[in-house]
Amino acid sequence: MSAPNSNYDPVEVSALDPANVDAALADALAAVAGATDLDDLKTVRIAHQGDKSPLALANREIGALPPTAKAEAGKRVGQARGKLGQAFAARQSVLEAERDERILVDERVDVSVPALRRRPGARHPIELTAQRLVDAFVGMGWEVAEGPELESEWLNFDALNLGPDHPARQMQDTFFLDPVDSGLVLRTQTSPVQIRTMLEQEPPIYIVAPGKVYRTDDLDATHTPVFHQIECLAIDKGLTMAHLRGALDAFVRIMFGPDTRTRVRANYFPFTEPSMETDFLCFVCHGAETWGTAEQCRTCGGSGWIELGGSGMVNRKVLRTCGIDPDVYSGFAFGLGIERALMLRHGVQGMHEMVEGDIRFSQQFGMGA
Amino acid sequence: MPLSWLAEITDLPQGASGADVAASLVSVGLEEEDLHGGDLTGPLVVGRVLEVEETVQKNGKPIRYCVVDVGHHGQQVTEGKHQEIVCGATNFAVGDLVVVVLPGAVLPGGFAISARKTYGRMSNGMICAEDEIGLGHDHDGIIVLERLLGDKAAADLQPGDDAIALLGLADETLETNVTPDRGYCLSVRGLAREYWHSQGSPAGGYRDPAVVEVPAGNGGGHPVRLEDEAPIAGNAGCDRFVARVVRGIDPGRPTPAWMQKRLTQMGMRPISLAVDVTNYVMLAVGQPLHAYDLATLDGPIVVRRARPGETLTTLDDVARKLRPDDLLITDSGERPLAIAGVMGGASSEVGPATSDVLVEAAHFDPTTVARSSRRHRLVTEASKRFERGVDPGVTAAAAQLAVDLLVEHGGGTPDPGVTDIDHTTTRSAYRLDVTEPSRIVGVDYPRDRVVGILRDLGCVVEESGEGSDDRHVLVTPPSWRPDLDNDSPAPDYAEEVARIDGYHRIPSVTPTPSEGRGLTHGQKARRLVADSLAAAGYTEVLSYPFVAAEIADHFGLPADDERRLAVRVANPLSEERPLLRTTVLSSLVDVLRRNLARGHKDVALYEVGLVFRPGGPLERAPIPGVASRPDRASLEQLYAAVPDQPRRAAVVASGQIEQAGWWGPGRTADWSDMVAAVQTVAAALAVPVLVESDADHAPWHPGRCARITLTDGTLVGHAGELHPKALAALELPARTVAAEFDLDVLTAASEAPVQVRPFSTYPPALTDVALLVAGAVAAADVEAALRAGAGEALERIVLFDVYEGERIEPDHRSLAYRLTFRAPDRTLTTEEVNGFRDAAVAAAAEATGAVQR
Repeated sequence: MSAPNSNYDPVEVSALDPANVDAALADALAAVAGATDLDDLKTVRIAHQGDKSPLALANREIGALPPTAKAEAGKRVGQARGKLGQAFAARQSVLEAERDERILVDERVDVSVPALRRRPGARHPIELTAQRLVDAFVGMGWEVAEGPELESEWLNFDALNLGPDHPARQMQDTFFLDPVDSGLVLRTQTSPVQIRTMLEQEPPIYIVAPGKVYRTDDLDATHTPVFHQIECLAIDKGLTMAHLRGALDAFVRIMFGPDTRTRVRANYFPFTEPSMETDFLCFVCHGAETWGTAEQCRTCGGSGWIELGGSGMVNRKVLRTCGIDPDVYSGFAFGLGIERALMLRHGVQGMHEMVEGDIRFSQQFGMGA
Repeated sequence: MPLSWLAEITDLPQGASGADVAASLVSVGLEEEDLHGGDLTGPLVVGRVLEVEETVQKNGKPIRYCVVDVGHHGQQVTEGKHQEIVCGATNFAVGDLVVVVLPGAVLPGGFAISARKTYGRMSNGMICAEDEIGLGHDHDGIIVLERLLGDKAAADLQPGDDAIALLGLADETLETNVTPDRGYCLSVRGLAREYWHSQGSPAGGYRDPAVVEVPAGNGGGHPVRLEDEAPIAGNAGCDRFVARVVRGIDPGRPTPAWMQKRLTQMGMRPISLAVDVTNYVMLAVGQPLHAYDLATLDGPIVVRRARPGETLTTLDDVARKLRPDDLLITDSGERPLAIAGVMGGASSEVGPATSDVLVEAAHFDPTTVARSSRRHRLVTEASKRFERGVDPGVTAAAAQLAVDLLVEHGGGTPDPGVTDIDHTTTRSAYRLDVTEPSRIVGVDYPRDRVVGILRDLGCVVEESGEGSDDRHVLVTPPSWRPDLDNDSPAPDYAEEVARIDGYHRIPSVTPTPSEGRGLTHGQKARRLVADSLAAAGYTEVLSYPFVAAEIADHFGLPADDERRLAVRVANPLSEERPLLRTTVLSSLVDVLRRNLARGHKDVALYEVGLVFRPGGPLERAPIPGVASRPDRASLEQLYAAVPDQPRRAAVVASGQIEQAGWWGPGRTADWSDMVAAVQTVAAALAVPVLVESDADHAPWHPGRCARITLTDGTLVGHAGELHPKALAALELPARTVAAEFDLDVLTAASEAPVQVRPFSTYPPALTDVALLVAGAVAAADVEAALRAGAGEALERIVLFDVYEGERIEPDHRSLAYRLTFRAPDRTLTTEEVNGFRDAAVAAAAEATGAVQR
């Protein structure tokens, strides 16, 4: 700390000589430009911007100048230091960018190596197919109903107009339970869910009932003793077979695409009257009749149509058994096998794949095919 | 049904093929089952055997080198000589007329015939057996036409005549699937009628084969008494019985070839004239008939229910114990002759010497026949028809048709006495609202269309009787349509109108429910659970719920364990697996084992499904009536009789749950993965759960089993490593881990909407404590004590290290916790945080003896 130099010192300070200042700046700029990395630049900074650097020393001499010279020298040194500062900053950012980039290059890894430490799990496609169908109907305002798999015989048969001597009761091979007169069976269809719903709920009823059902078939390519059905039931005022067909059309469009449509013909089922059998347009060949040709469609067997399943208007006797006045309400019901839908839609070859539980089967579907 | 037979009854369009007929029948609701015949192309000709040279081959088999006159065909045309054929059969002689297939022909099944060398000589074709040309099943020898057709018919034949036309081999046979409501279609009469409908029911296009002249019952016939003392549901077992007698039938007369062929085409075996005639008439008009050897009957025929202890040896040579429900045809009320509508007995069977035959045509109650058929496991052509309902209007006509055929082909003479006991009632008319079909089907059917269709179907429709008006008509269904009942006929008639008018005219109208509430909480929760487990790396599978009785022992369940109380299937597919599972795990292990057997080493599976928990022997479920809704009490009783079927989930893993890789070695699934799986599910449902050790829950390892509960103590499930003994018994790898939990419990616990706790935005304060505890102290207890002692400001507590080893007391563990505190209204001071921590430690010390390190 020194007081302003009141005495004029006639001796020219060489450090402030313009040529020297310029030379110092030029040296410094050259050094900055020559710095190849941040460490280098740090050394350069100490040499050319530090306390002992020529420009710092020059700056220190300004105070000793006569007032008349101070301004000019100050300006000269200040500009030089300013330029140097900018050059440092510029070089600094260049070198930092280079370094950052180099780090990223150095940190490069082979991202193609396996990344999953934990093998992903999967849902079973039967469940996914059921969900898909259920969701579509729920979207149209229907609700999902469920019931037990071990079911009362009355709900599984009698209430559905399948009395003990009904020939149709012979068509189904039922698992009976011990003792055989228990009045209980493993349900052979999801229809008892319809009965439970109608017994306990006031119309209008629009339900979809997915679930497991049981028949005494040995496992082979097309049969399994435990399989899955999905059934729809609608009870309302003024429902006709045209509504049934509309629901069936919606159903096949959801499952097999917007171009799919149905054709219907008469059939017999005890719990419906009138009854209807439905085929839908093959979603692979779109109804081309390829039977007997070299291009015979493997999905529909060449007929252009695929059988969907039985349906019909709910039998008045069934409505009465459930306490619904058949003169006020009418309704329809239809259903299909989920395994079959899955086989068709996903090209599954046989039952074995669907029931064995080999992880390679489910894992192809992920969590929502 | 052969098309030629169909064409006798209704008009077939020129050139209609079997496929065309099948398509027409489908349009009226009769599904095609199979189509066969008509797949033979000639030349197939009549030949006369001229020379036979028989040699015996080295294998002892005789071979005949034959020269056959085949008229102006084959070698006669090309080489100017008779046909030379090698034949393996020996049942013919020189001079016999045979059926010869010539080179260039194709036999059923696509067998192309060509001249070829066989047994050292050229064979220019083949002498045919029945089965080779689709005529029957006989392959005992070749066809000798004199024997097949009779000498008289054969006398008119010339070598070279076309045998395809002669034997009707171009005739296609269509098999249709007849639904249980259409019993009348189990006859050519019924199918032809349906075909006629499919063609628009043209006037005069249907000729009912059951319309024949029939003498009325006259009291001079064989006496018959109907004595049903125990009708089922008020319906007499037999309401019509026609008995006719034909005497002096020549037992040596064969069944005419055309009849044999039709029987064969319909899948029945020709037996003898009397039996063949009854079968033929049954196929024609749907009325099962029975022929008795009159000489074996001592007295009147009495139709009655069986008495306790009675037996009958039926035609199939099975001695059958009869039950009181069985309706019997008896001789004088004593000796059983037949189970009505099911099968006759051996003692009164028509035999090779029978010359006097009693033909029975009766109408039996469908339920009675169905029960007997089921009880005796005896499904016959007769029982199939009676169960589905036989036309009570055709009984006498059928008997007459049989009598006529026996007279014509057996040379018999009919007795003038005719027995016809008829208790059938005429069906009453139904007052049909003609707009009803439109209302049910959704297609506009004009009144005339409805009436026209019903009349075509055979209904009597009165438009002017009492009760009829401009909207109503009186409809009486035809006798062959018992399915058009008087219980709820409107839909029945609507279906008939829709069917005949064409289902293709039904439009498609999307129904529009007024409101839907979406999935229930339980349904959503179940999906969430399944998705969470799949996302956590487990693969969903579905196992059959059938398990072995030994599974409870394999699991090591205690004698009084509720899971031992399983439902037994009375008719299991496999006697080895007769029980329904009480846990999902008990069947899921099968799938794990199968995957391991297929070479998968690292397997992590789960299943969500119902289990069956009867809690004891099954209660008997009531069978209420169906005429109306059962009352509340009956319904409750019904529901209550259905055993509990909680929905549970099981998880199982074996091998590495994290794979080895560039990051290092893999990690084997252990008990904690299973606890984590349950916690993952609980967290997904936002249900807080508690974990404690459970040293006594089979099939888990007593030292590695976690019991997981809701905060109120409700059991959720168990998770951990399985017991080594259980694993050995189940043939699963050591260290296999599993969890099983009750989804219904978690669902119920997550039902109420989550109520949000407010949270602070002030900075958190972290502090760590290390506590030394005795080995037996559970970390969960320590944590609970720390939580309780730390007070309201504790936001989070994490056990971040567990140490046991040299640096601490033996048999002790050091548990290191990080506690995060935060106050709702301020930044906590260090002093405050230290105070909370000390209080927490003190509480832990108090509760568990923990000492701060």
